[in-house]
Amino acid sequence: MARIVHYINQFFAGVGGEDQAGAGPVLLEGPAGPGRRLAELVAPEHEIVATVWCGDDVAADKVDEIVGLVRSVDPDLVVAGPAFTSGRYGLACARVVAAAHSVGVASVASMHEDNPGLDEAGAAAVVASGEVARRMAPSLERLAAGIQRLLAGETLTAEDGRIGAAARLTVVTDDNAATRAVDLALARLGGDSAATEIPLPRFDRVTPAAPVADASTVMLALVSEGGLVVADNPDGLESARATKWLRYPLEDRDALAAGDYMSVHGGFSTAWANEDPHRILPLDAARELEAEGAIGELLGEYFVTTGNGTSVANARRFGVEWAADLRRSGARAAILTAT
Amino acid sequence: MERAGIPTALLCNLVSIAERVGAPRIVRTRGIPYPTGDPSLDVDAEKRWRRELVDCALEALQTEVQEPTVFEAGQARVAAAAGADHA
Repeated sequence: MARIVHYINQFFAGVGGEDQAGAGPVLLEGPAGPGRRLAELVAPEHEIVATVWCGDDVAADKVDEIVGLVRSVDPDLVVAGPAFTSGRYGLACARVVAAAHSVGVASVASMHEDNPGLDEAGAAAVVASGEVARRMAPSLERLAAGIQRLLAGETLTAEDGRIGAAARLTVVTDDNAATRAVDLALARLGGDSAATEIPLPRFDRVTPAAPVADASTVMLALVSEGGLVVADNPDGLESARATKWLRYPLEDRDALAAGDYMSVHGGFSTAWANEDPHRILPLDAARELEAEGAIGELLGEYFVTTGNGTSVANARRFGVEWAADLRRSGARAAILTAT
Repeated sequence: MERAGIPTALLCNLVSIAERVGAPRIVRTRGIPYPTGDPSLDVDAEKRWRRELVDCALEALQTEVQEPTVFEAGQARVAAAAGADHA
């Protein structure tokens, strides 16, 4: 029987929500939360002997501590997640399995393909989960199947739902490299621009803009993905998977009073932002710069959306619209606060 | 925004992700829920930290970069102030 340790966050451990996001890591005996179902799926061959949980705000920086707890029970395999599209949780899961893998402990994480943590898993395996926690049951089934295969000494492939950077394996093909290269060149000439043996990362490379020569002569804009809206969110900005962005006036304002603004971001505790909105949008400091002449002028409004599970396509659209809008207003540079 | 010619200082805590997705000008902050704050400080010290962040952002906006570049708030000024205590 193989010994498994399961890594989860404070929420799935049943410890608490954002109020506990700074807690942990903590080692528990046996399975907890989704681990109970996972334990059933891998039994009777294998056993979840312990669970380690850690709060989302601190886990990504406490990986050594987490892996120390994991190794203290001498497991045969570490499993993390499913983290779905949760960014902080996914990052922690990826770093935990990467660290465990690097010290020779078999490991596998589960998260959605769009999780920003995916690429941090290094050489450790990641299998696809659903997008949201409603997809827990099928996500756990796929994860359990992956665990069984790993513990049988096999390697996970795309057929097992493996995602992320593919491990390079040595295989024998029918055609040598020269023949395959010519075939790909012919495919390219034939109009198939996607044909490749080595898929490139999905993120495109942005050519940086030229710097501003002298900030004291330019109009600066404040923009944010921290979900900061006016009180009561009259325009209905989404707390997750935003499909829109909003603009609010800053003219005649030198500060953002608590109570007049609130963050609707659903990806972290907004208590600090609501206590002092400058923690999301640094209007007070920007007004100082303006008064001192360090910038020419501050744009008379700010743009805001919620960066929480927002699709890349929407985020790209917001950026394009923001840039166009700023150009029209005469703003030449921006400070973008991100949570 | 950078692609469209607007230099943009990205103030964020998850710097590794910002680098990976290719944000050209990154300023490191102290926590996910408060990019331009630090609730562990008293009010005045937090204001100073926020000012250091926007000063650093201005520096980033005036710096030519070729690839994702991380700017650290406070450090140059702290060094220059020779032993100044920056909470």
